Amino acid sequence: MTTTTRPPRQTAFIPISTGRRARSATWGILVVAAFVVALIPLAWLLIIVITRGFEAIVSPTWWTNSLKGVLPEQFAGGVYHAIYGTLVQAGIAALIAVPLGILIAIYLVEYGKKSPLARLATFMVDVLSGIPSIVAALFVFSLWIVTLGFQQSAFAVALALVLLMIPVVVRSTEEMLRIVPDDLREASYALGLSKAVTIMRVVLPTASSGIVSGILLAIARVMGETAPVLVLVGYSRAMNYDVFEGNMASLPLLIYTELINPLPAGQLRAWGAALTLIIIIAVINIAATAIARFLNRKQNA
Amino acid sequence: MSQLEALSITRPGRTADVVMRVLATASGALVVAAIALIALFLLVQAIPSLQANQANFLTSGEFSTSDPADLRFGIKDLLIVTVLSSVVALVLAVPVAMGIAIFLTNYAPRRISRPLSSVIDLLAAVPSIVFGLWGIFILAPVLEPFAVWLNATLGWFPLFATGNVSITGGGTIFTASIVLAIMILPIITTVARESYRQTPRSTIEAAQSLGATRWEVIRMTVIPFGRSGTIAGAMLGLGRALGETVAVLLILRASPLPAAFTVFDGGYTFASKIASAAAEFSSPLPTGAYIAAGFVLFALTFIVNVIARAVAGSKLG
Repeated sequence: MTTTTRPPRQTAFIPISTGRRARSATWGILVVAAFVVALIPLAWLLIIVITRGFEAIVSPTWWTNSLKGVLPEQFAGGVYHAIYGTLVQAGIAALIAVPLGILIAIYLVEYGKKSPLARLATFMVDVLSGIPSIVAALFVFSLWIVTLGFQQSAFAVALALVLLMIPVVVRSTEEMLRIVPDDLREASYALGLSKAVTIMRVVLPTASSGIVSGILLAIARVMGETAPVLVLVGYSRAMNYDVFEGNMASLPLLIYTELINPLPAGQLRAWGAALTLIIIIAVINIAATAIARFLNRKQNA
Repeated sequence: MSQLEALSITRPGRTADVVMRVLATASGALVVAAIALIALFLLVQAIPSLQANQANFLTSGEFSTSDPADLRFGIKDLLIVTVLSSVVALVLAVPVAMGIAIFLTNYAPRRISRPLSSVIDLLAAVPSIVFGLWGIFILAPVLEPFAVWLNATLGWFPLFATGNVSITGGGTIFTASIVLAIMILPIITTVARESYRQTPRSTIEAAQSLGATRWEVIRMTVIPFGRSGTIAGAMLGLGRALGETVAVLLILRASPLPAAFTVFDGGYTFASKIASAAAEFSSPLPTGAYIAAGFVLFALTFIVNVIARAVAGSKLG
């Protein structure tokens, strides 16, 4: 078996014509160029957000104050209230979506297998992962606010985020459960453990590193969602700890609101909040990788 | 089911087993029910407004919901702007995504291929509102001379004709499509990359042994083998683009004129129209009009995603 990418040159063969060689080289360059083209907007966007938002996030009150009583033209206060909103909405969504998502994955891998319901559920998870966030928001609006008569609240936002999170949690958990070797399950049965205990004590812990990092990535993904907060909760300039009542800010909603303010202070707040959001998402992504690595090492030890 | 597993299940007194089985199966059933409920609830909220609608829902471009007694709304313009912006984004993104996928699977050294892939995935981690900010404030002014030139030179071609908003400022489908293309790049790349990676070694070697150059190998084996994966990835990307809300909302400029079906149109997509009116969702009839638009968007993305799964078969992860 040869692993070279090109057949060895031998004089007996007719050499590759210049035209074919040139075409191959040109496409090679184009393919590399495609990769570079994708890097340009990424780097450009990050540089812009960092340079425009840096001044805001180094202000001493940025991380500790809300915007309560701050005038539109004044750059003061901070986005503490919006950070709280972003974290708490994503956190509540995770509290509901993670157990459900893991159970669905357990059903698909350990119970349903190739049954009609399991195949239908797999398909529906796919459909759910393709649902636009605005549609998820409208659904929660129709169900929670119009039909059940609840008020707009951070909890309604969390419900919409649950719908967006479930497919991500199911996909990553399912993938992890599938790579747990069957030998482990059989060894557990042979020791007399029941199927439920086998899943809880053997299968899930073995897959834990992947599951945990999948959950964190799902949380990071829903944090930047703007459509649900636009539909399901009002903006507040002050801190509101109550998730079931009243308006609550979040970073995307704060950016959206400050954009309408054309004054320099509003623009600075918008870019500062964008940078804050990116920093939080980046920290969660890094944590996901670190935790996965840590749990993996613990298992192998 | 293995014999050992069967043995452990049939043991008496295993309540935990029953609880686990019921919980897991119920969760599986719940996700199936959720999709049905989404369709049902949107429809139920939309029907009264559709009945009160004075305009034709499918052929009218009007969207006036301020007077509940005289509701006039139609999806024609929303559909044009949504489909045009998404399809243009797709046309821009697919060749680049294919190029990146080929680069990652066939050119990049194996050791750095994975880190480079995660750099592309970073694009998917950027929140859409940040793409919107960057798109309208930073990218649009840079694109403006190019857009003006395109309109001046190729304006005779209907797609590049003058639209219903001014090109100045860049609040057009042209800008929105470029931003959408960047946003859907990661998903198309990931799916295409995975299908290219599965090209059988033997097929590649057969092409090599016939004296094919590196590019000829890719053109004759890798690309045909990955065709269904590429199409599936493109469909998933299209689904994302159709439903993208805030980035498009920030970029497109509203226009009192109907859509002219050019890339220099402004206006609203389904998603951005709904989001733009979200603050006024108080009385049921006007809200139902937006929910009706939301139902069409749901149906559209549902169909596109089903096509993606059907094309991909078992190749999607």
